[in-house]
Amino acid sequence: MTESRQAVTGDLDAMRREEHDLVVVGGGPAGLGAAQAAYDEGVDDIVILERDFELGGILQQCVHPGFGLEYFEEELTGPEYAQQFIENVAERGVDIRLDTMVLEVTHDRTVYAVNDEDGVTEIDAEKVILAMGCRERTRDALDIPGSRPAGIFTAGTAQRLINMEGKLPGEKAVILGSGDVGLIMARHMHLEGAEVEAVLEIMPYTGGITRNVVQCLEDFDIPLRTQQTITEIHGNDRVEGVTVQEVDEDFEPIPGTEYEIECDTILLSVGLIPENELSIDAGVELHSVTGGPIVDETRETNVEDIYACGNVLHVHDVVDWVTEESMIAGRSAARSLQDRVETREEPIEIESTEKLRYVVPDRISTVDPDREEIPLYMRVHAPMEEVFVTLSSGGEQLARTFERRAEPGEMITLNVDSETLAELPEPRLELDVVQREEA
Amino acid sequence: MQSETDVLVVGGGVTGTAIARELSRYRLDVVLVEKAPDVCTGTSKANTALIHAGFNADPEKQKGRLNVRGNELYHERIQHELDVPIEWRGALVVATDESERPKLEELLEKGQRNGVDGLEILEREALLEKEPHLSDDAVAALWAPTAGIVNPFELTVGFANNAVENGASVELEAEVTDITETDDGFTVETAKGEIDAEIVINAAGLYSDEVSAMVGIDDFEITPRRGEYYLYDKQFEIDIDTTIFPVPTEVTKGIVVTPTDENNLLIGPNAQEIDDKRDKATTRQGLDKVLEGAKKTVPDLTKQDVIKEFAGLRPAIKETGDFRIQIEEEVPGFINAAGIQSPGLASAPATAELVVDLVEELTGDLEEDPTFDPNYSGPPKVRHMSHKERAALIEEDPRYGQIICRCETVTEGEIRDAINQPVPAQTVNAIKRRVRPGAGRCQGGFCGPRVIEILSEELDVPMTEIKLEEEGSELLTDEIKQPLLEKSREGSEVNADD
Repeated sequence: MTESRQAVTGDLDAMRREEHDLVVVGGGPAGLGAAQAAYDEGVDDIVILERDFELGGILQQCVHPGFGLEYFEEELTGPEYAQQFIENVAERGVDIRLDTMVLEVTHDRTVYAVNDEDGVTEIDAEKVILAMGCRERTRDALDIPGSRPAGIFTAGTAQRLINMEGKLPGEKAVILGSGDVGLIMARHMHLEGAEVEAVLEIMPYTGGITRNVVQCLEDFDIPLRTQQTITEIHGNDRVEGVTVQEVDEDFEPIPGTEYEIECDTILLSVGLIPENELSIDAGVELHSVTGGPIVDETRETNVEDIYACGNVLHVHDVVDWVTEESMIAGRSAARSLQDRVETREEPIEIESTEKLRYVVPDRISTVDPDREEIPLYMRVHAPMEEVFVTLSSGGEQLARTFERRAEPGEMITLNVDSETLAELPEPRLELDVVQREEA
Repeated sequence: MQSETDVLVVGGGVTGTAIARELSRYRLDVVLVEKAPDVCTGTSKANTALIHAGFNADPEKQKGRLNVRGNELYHERIQHELDVPIEWRGALVVATDESERPKLEELLEKGQRNGVDGLEILEREALLEKEPHLSDDAVAALWAPTAGIVNPFELTVGFANNAVENGASVELEAEVTDITETDDGFTVETAKGEIDAEIVINAAGLYSDEVSAMVGIDDFEITPRRGEYYLYDKQFEIDIDTTIFPVPTEVTKGIVVTPTDENNLLIGPNAQEIDDKRDKATTRQGLDKVLEGAKKTVPDLTKQDVIKEFAGLRPAIKETGDFRIQIEEEVPGFINAAGIQSPGLASAPATAELVVDLVEELTGDLEEDPTFDPNYSGPPKVRHMSHKERAALIEEDPRYGQIICRCETVTEGEIRDAINQPVPAQTVNAIKRRVRPGAGRCQGGFCGPRVIEILSEELDVPMTEIKLEEEGSELLTDEIKQPLLEKSREGSEVNADD
């Protein structure tokens, strides 16, 4: 590699060095929740490193309501939800560094962070909680051919432009993907005066939660077209239109079904990917389905003393569950710092049938007398109606939960209580999904 | 804009900028005009980024001779003078069937005749040691250690900036619309006004036939030949160290699998002749062909971890299949540097050298400018620094501590540097080419709005005027309040009529 020849003439040991009990990477809802819980558990030397200019993460651009129904039992906007936690960490005197980007986390928990005030800081951390969130899948990840004009945005970028910058990214839009961000942006573009021609979804069902389909599309007569996708993008300088095609069961476009939609903007809401570049470099092992770290019930990764929570771990449908999960991580890291956690001799492995896409955590490896129950988060592969999600061990059913309608877009939680865990026939838990009549 | 010059170069691709820089070595007024808002926006921006070794070069052709000489010049001079990433990774031409072996021998002999150093045939075992991901069918390969990969954007920008530092001027958004012969040269009409020039050098790439026709030289035609590519994430698990070619056929060099200077894996191109010089659309069929072709040598490739697909156009002169670099005798003072398809990037420094010889032939004599400085340094690249080096740099200038692009670790300082270079970056893509925000896996999802904001600040224009690339590619359509206000006004008018 040819290095830049610009001479570096400054002090070659200008790096700051610090030590802290807990470093939280990311000041979104996950990082905030983790820091708050760790503090409340008795740790006061906590640093949050946030790359943006304010705390709250992606919530700050989510000005629509619908947040906090689970956690606060009231309907808040994204910034309102975030503000509660921002105040909580501020009150607790957590050290917050904004505009600060973490460049590297090593497997022995040295954290390198950079900002324009302190330069590069090398932090020796006892515990690290990874809470970097996720990013959006792009056009290229979808392999959509055609030209490369201006006017193609991810839904989240468009949301930031509208809500934080006050700029409209286009006037006539097609939205690809019916995940929650896509649905919300369909409504938002419409309300800002743009025309939304259609929301296209390659699956036979929506990727978002039902509430958003109703409130964002049906209420505004925006058409949702399932089993369709964009197969070509037109326009040299600015988007001029798209070719849309129906797809078969294998998502292959069906010849002869092509039609064109004229538009100047394409918003992509085609999935979120946990942002684990730092984790990978730290040696954290990732789950092939979630794209996030493989963790135990305390949210500790395979790298000792490095934890993960929130959307960096797996993409959540509602922020309330991010909060719940981040509190588990924060509390666990704190209790581990205080030597209050006992490791099991043999971890309990959690396995699931192919009807479930994934379950978090994938093992239970500690004993904690103060812990009453452990929530297991999971998603089904395809929509199902009238099902029980069952938890068994060695053929013996331990718990189950009924779902009138289970959708891939809606996470299912099943709690296991600690007493049950104490008396397992073997160190394995099995999750299954069965139709009600079979059960 | 300067309205009189000795030499006018049309086209700010790698060839035009290399020529302008080479001319700036002499006591000459040099002006380069480019129709786009940036240099390196045509053929030079979308190609395989290779400095070919020259073993396949045809010494009977201009492009063959210039390839070999160009490679030499990159080794001897360019890599030391311009602050541009060049890596001598070497190339392999891999035979995946015993029947292809004679072709390897043929290439070896041809390469040796061309004076390419270090060529040898590697057998399967040595081959797999070098590239473990090669196909089980690989039987042997020609190894060419002098082949390299280069960053074509930084190279072109480096040529352009160095030319300007040495007194040349580069006029952007100055499309040539007409050329008239005068008593002592030409009057060139551009979108930015007229320029009188004694000598005009046509390096207009895809449009070189049209520019040439403006002076009546219309005996050749440029056929755009489209090539499509896939670019992979840096963290893609298939690690390829060298540039891998299949055995070439009469028609094509085949689909190449190569790392880039930033260690992304790049595969492509196919070759399809098209009519429209602006048609850089990728196609399903073409992209599938690219992957299929790449799998011939590296079978484990998939579409997973592709972060970008794109197409580039090579400006080929079909009849000759060669470059056309010559003084046009019928129009004294007019030099064509046309038909520069592959290996145009590898040949650029040699093309520039040849064109300067032609200028000397026209002028009789060229006097060297003793103040010429061949060395150019770009802004610091924070992503390539150690933590300690970064710390020291930020202490000097805190803007290098503000990260704008997360994927590629690009700082605010680097972006502002790019906008304030001798040839300024004025569009989102111009900044991306120079310093990479948006070139990573999220493709600008996070940093895009910030880059628009910085551009708007530095250029002192509203954000809605910031373009992705050329005119008409503005990224934002409206200030939010505007359309709403208009709509409510329209609404109340309707009500008034009721």
